Amino acid sequence: MTIEPGLYHLLFISTTLFFIGVYGFLTRRNLITMLMSIELILNSVNINFIAFNKYLWANRLDGVMFTVFVIAIAAAEAAVAIAIIINLYRSHQSIDVEKAEEMKY
Amino acid sequence: MPSAIIIALIPLLPLFTFLVLGLYGRKVFKNASGIIGTISLLISFVIAAYVAYGYFFNYGYIDLRGQFNLSHYEKLIPFKYTWLQFNERMSIDMGILLDPISVLMIVVVTFVSLMVHIFSLGYMKGEERYPTYFAFLSLFTFSMLGLVLSSNIFQIYIFWELVGVSSFLLIGFYYDRPSAVAAAKKAFIVTRFADLGFLIGILILSFYANTLDFNALIATFTSPTSPELHNAVVSSFLGVSALTWGLALVFMGGAGKSAMFPLHIWLPDAMEGPTPVSALIHAATMVVAGVFLVARLFPVFSLSAPAALNIVAYVGILSAFLAAIIACTQTDIKRVLAYSTMSQIGFMMFALGVSGYGGENGLGFTASMFHLFTHAMFKALLFLGAGVVIHFIHSNDMKDMGGLRKYLPVAHITFLIACLAIAGVPPFAGFFSKEEILLAAYNNNPTIFYIALITSGLTAFYMFRLYFSIFWNKSPDIHTDHHNNTSLVMNLPLILLAIGAALAGFIPFGNFVSSDGQPLESHFNPMFSVAPVTIGLVGIAIAWMLYKKQNNKPEKIANSLSSIYKTAYRKFYIDEIYLFITSKILFNLVARPAAWFDKNVVDGMVNASGSVTQVVSARIKKIQSGKVQQYAIYSLVGVIGLAILFIYLWK
Repeated sequence: MTIEPGLYHLLFISTTLFFIGVYGFLTRRNLITMLMSIELILNSVNINFIAFNKYLWANRLDGVMFTVFVIAIAAAEAAVAIAIIINLYRSHQSIDVEKAEEMKY
Repeated sequence: MPSAIIIALIPLLPLFTFLVLGLYGRKVFKNASGIIGTISLLISFVIAAYVAYGYFFNYGYIDLRGQFNLSHYEKLIPFKYTWLQFNERMSIDMGILLDPISVLMIVVVTFVSLMVHIFSLGYMKGEERYPTYFAFLSLFTFSMLGLVLSSNIFQIYIFWELVGVSSFLLIGFYYDRPSAVAAAKKAFIVTRFADLGFLIGILILSFYANTLDFNALIATFTSPTSPELHNAVVSSFLGVSALTWGLALVFMGGAGKSAMFPLHIWLPDAMEGPTPVSALIHAATMVVAGVFLVARLFPVFSLSAPAALNIVAYVGILSAFLAAIIACTQTDIKRVLAYSTMSQIGFMMFALGVSGYGGENGLGFTASMFHLFTHAMFKALLFLGAGVVIHFIHSNDMKDMGGLRKYLPVAHITFLIACLAIAGVPPFAGFFSKEEILLAAYNNNPTIFYIALITSGLTAFYMFRLYFSIFWNKSPDIHTDHHNNTSLVMNLPLILLAIGAALAGFIPFGNFVSSDGQPLESHFNPMFSVAPVTIGLVGIAIAWMLYKKQNNKPEKIANSLSSIYKTAYRKFYIDEIYLFITSKILFNLVARPAAWFDKNVVDGMVNASGSVTQVVSARIKKIQSGKVQQYAIYSLVGVIGLAILFIYLWK
């Protein structure tokens, strides 16, 4: 018996990707790897949009358009984040996020 | 009536002098402070005499002849400033009240203070803290004048405390002597303790009368129909009416300040102060503040609370008798005079205590005030004379003295006049005042009369014991390289006071001062005077036999009555009893637990709040770790929590 892929399957995938991204963001020490996790989160949201667009509003393109927006924003935000990482590297000589704890008590 | 400003100058001039000498005395007026103090007091005295003359002979006497024969001396209030108003009847005012006893007191206080100032010009010359001394004297004079001119019972309490402070400063004047410091502390603490009773008494009286002003208070408590009097008499505590409690507690304050038994312990030790201070404060003025207070509230005492008046009488006679016995054994001349003061004030107190109100019954009141007046004269004279002797010999003890009549002629004669006056020998002043007291006692309470008679005999004995021991007895062994010991500034006050002590008896006192303000004719009864004068002369004769020439009769008598002598010499062990009660009982049972509670519980709670804060903060501060990922976790958890809350719990 084959199972037709439906809305729930896509939503399951996007949720899984989301939490993998959150886990990566909270756990990794390398700043670049944290950035990659953020990209994962954003992409999982994109999958969510497309899934709802296909299965709920099949004759409209709202979801797709918003996805394009999110991709563009993600790219811009990645550029800004890289700039911050470069600045941080210049002052700390390292991109280990555990070393940047000046705001400690 | 002169304007209120002139009358207010009487206490304000010494206050102004105190401020000037206190602030600028040491730098600017070092040598002139004595002159400044004396001149300001001279002006005060002149104004006081002028006010007294005007009051007694001019405007004070409300002549109501033809209207029920009620001519009397009126209580005038030239000045009243309402300071704190509590309700429409009760307020704390600052006012001046002129009535026969307050006018009498301002004359006495300014005169004796003036004599002491003049005397101190000589006695304290060369003293390092000369300006400070005169500043303190002026502070005291201001406080005492404010006390007697008070129109409001709370105002009298304010000045009462001020007088206590001045006394503390002056007793402890030689502050590098530990005995003087201890004496000043003792005086202040004992009188402060008595003032606790005074304050409670004020609160009780003002609660029931709903007023603090003297005139209104007396009127409320003496009119038989007033509802306040009814309330005060009906409500009782432990079987005694509230009015009697209030008056008895007020008397406790007066007893502390006037050194009545058992609050008399501070007076002999107060002799550590300079001798002119003893003359002013502890002989003539401050110690009579208690008598003055009872006299001020006398209508209430005699008309509405005779039980309280009984207490006054018995405390007075007990103090008089006890002090007379102790004075017979002391060897320090200032202590003998201190106990003599306590005894004479006891006379004044019991004279008030046996007095009734109005007309002939009020003889005790007149006698008490008369004795206050004459006592101020001769006691100040005695102390100043003792000051001259101490200045000459540089010692207080009778054993170092003897035969001084050749060296100090003026002091000798004036001291003799004062001793004759205090012994009640006619025609000196003490005779007349003591006669009236004894007559008042005879008419009212025979027990008190007989004890008073014996006390008069003892008074004559110990005073002449003092006189003979100083001026006769041994031949002197003085190295006569002394400076001129007859300086005018020190002898002039002696002479002036001696004139007062000799002639003051002839003033018809009853015409001016009496319990209800109406003039009182004093009938002089020669037959009555025989007993007291005889007893006085017997006392003098015994002292003559024992002390005029050096012999060993006193030691033989002392040895034969050894236990009585020893008890009297140790002042009936009252100091030891006080020491026992305070250090063994009060300190251990009350003070130590209270201190423990304060240090461990009260302070402990405050310290605990601090240390708990510190401990908790040390634990929580790790939340702020500076790591971005942990902050992200916190916000994620928060978002999830809010999501669950809003989606599933609060729809």
